[in-house]
Amino acid sequence: MVAASSTKSISVTLRVWRQSGPKELGQFKDYSAKDLNPNMSFLEMLDVVNDELTARGEEPIAFAHDCREGICGTCSLTINGKPHGPGKGIATCQTYMRSFHDGDIIVVEPFRAAAFPLIKDLVVDRTSFDKIMQAGGFITARAGSAPEANGLPVPKGDADRAMDAAQCIGCGACVAACKNASAMLFVSAKVGHLGLLPQGQAERDRRVLAMVNTMDEEGFGNCTNQYECSAACPKTISHDFIARLNRDYLSASLRSAFRPEAASTGGGGA
Amino acid sequence: MNLVGSFFRSSIGRKILMAVTGVILIGFVIGHLVGNLQIFSHPDHINGYAQFLHQLGPLLWVARIGLIVAVVVHIWAATVLTLENKAARGSNYGFKHTIQATLASRAMRWTGYIVLAFLIYHLAHFTLGAAQSATFKDNLKSYVLTADYRVAGFPVVNAGTKVADVYSMVILGFQSPIVAVFYIIAVGLLSLHLLHGIDSLFQTLGLRSNKWSGCLRKVAIVFCLAYFVGNLAIPGAVLAGKLSPQSAKISAPAQR
Ligand code: HEM
Ligand code: SF4
Ligand code: FES
Repeated sequence: MVAASSTKSISVTLRVWRQSGPKELGQFKDYSAKDLNPNMSFLEMLDVVNDELTARGEEPIAFAHDCREGICGTCSLTINGKPHGPGKGIATCQTYMRSFHDGDIIVVEPFRAAAFPLIKDLVVDRTSFDKIMQAGGFITARAGSAPEANGLPVPKGDADRAMDAAQCIGCGACVAACKNASAMLFVSAKVGHLGLLPQGQAERDRRVLAMVNTMDEEGFGNCTNQYECSAACPKTISHDFIARLNRDYLSASLRSAFRPEAASTGGGGA
Repeated sequence: MNLVGSFFRSSIGRKILMAVTGVILIGFVIGHLVGNLQIFSHPDHINGYAQFLHQLGPLLWVARIGLIVAVVVHIWAATVLTLENKAARGSNYGFKHTIQATLASRAMRWTGYIVLAFLIYHLAHFTLGAAQSATFKDNLKSYVLTADYRVAGFPVVNAGTKVADVYSMVILGFQSPIVAVFYIIAVGLLSLHLLHGIDSLFQTLGLRSNKWSGCLRKVAIVFCLAYFVGNLAIPGAVLAGKLSPQSAKISAPAQR
């Protein structure tokens, strides 16, 4: 939901978190950004401010970005306390200066979570998400050419919900917005996406147990069902997937506790 | 991880323990309120009911131990999860903002720990007699039932039995405005705790979805209001002078 187009130029004060390295002390510093085209994106505005800083011989503000069209999940930033800024269902790169008013003070901070250690200024390390994905966010199937489309029937409702979950771009805004820095929305989207499709069934139990286990090990917090995550998510992933994850985890734990092991893998006997 | 590990060490497992113990405690507080509302009928009812519970003997202890375990697990999980959540944030935001989390959900720790403090006072007051001991049931004149106390139609305590006068103990206890107001505040906070708790437990157990979350919320609101009003009624009626203890009734015996 992008704010309507505007032509009046605006000036704002940026209150930016500056921290030169992971071990250094950080602090807020004010920068004035004057006569901005309201239709420039938030990241373009930071580019302009950085040009001025560079020209003055100061260290530019470090921030993460890549596609700048809301599909890669690289941009971050917490803008006035909300990850990805004031809009609903958009990433920071899709936030435009017309969402702000002339004279506003805009507080810009990194995503704050112990599992996302800070690298510099506004850039954090989201490797912990990669580790969760490596634990089970995949299917071990031959990835050859596309099979015959009608060979594997998928009910429309399941396909639609799987696609809703598959929209997750792994940005980490859910963690940043959560009161407990929990990664449940991200994990639930990945588990839900594969678990709703036939291709994901074979490894369904192993996947949910491994991904939740890694999520816990990486030091994310615990969900308190307050739904700040889905409200901040640039892809509006629903917290209904969290309920589904809880259910999946419970049944997978029960099944895996009682399922016998094959003799060839060390089971059998007695 | 084995099953015990999944429940007691994983994030979701401990949440499930909280939800299940929460359901047990909700079941208890509903039953407890319904039992207590008998104070609005003849003293035979609540006094007979209290006698009936005590006659259960070992069964009463099974229920008590079950409830103690539920409370301990619930609070243990709440505390451990909260400490982990604080650590998981790392450094705090300079600009604090809430998008849609409800007040009830953000107050869970406060409401929870104050309810715990209340629970301890409540047990000291009406179960152990350590608080307000002058009006504790063991120190009051015993009561003689004027009619059989029946459960599901069966007489469980016979007319003429001498029993503890719980009716008078409760009313005398609430004649202290400080105690009555403390009870009212505590049950108000418990109602707020349950407003988020009911919503939350369905999500934790994986039973909530957008198909009926609006309906669930309404049911939770109605339940919590009803629960609060029911609990408010007892100390409220005593403060308003609508209920008076047995001793005041000796001169004018109650008619059935
Ligand atoms: C009669 C007493 C109580 C009842 C009936 C009750 C009920 C509940 C229920 C049903 C839940 C939701 C479970 C879930 O899905 O997470 C809950 C959560 C919770 N309770 Fe209690 N509770 C009681 C006492 C307490 C006490 C004494 C504490 C003190 C520590 C406490 C702290 C919490 C916390 C921190 C949560 C988690 C909230 C969240 O996930 O957002 N509760 N309670
Ligand atoms: S669930 Fe949403 S907020 Fe979380 S990582 Fe995925 S896209 Fe980002
Ligand atoms: S830069 Fe790719 S999503 Fe924003």
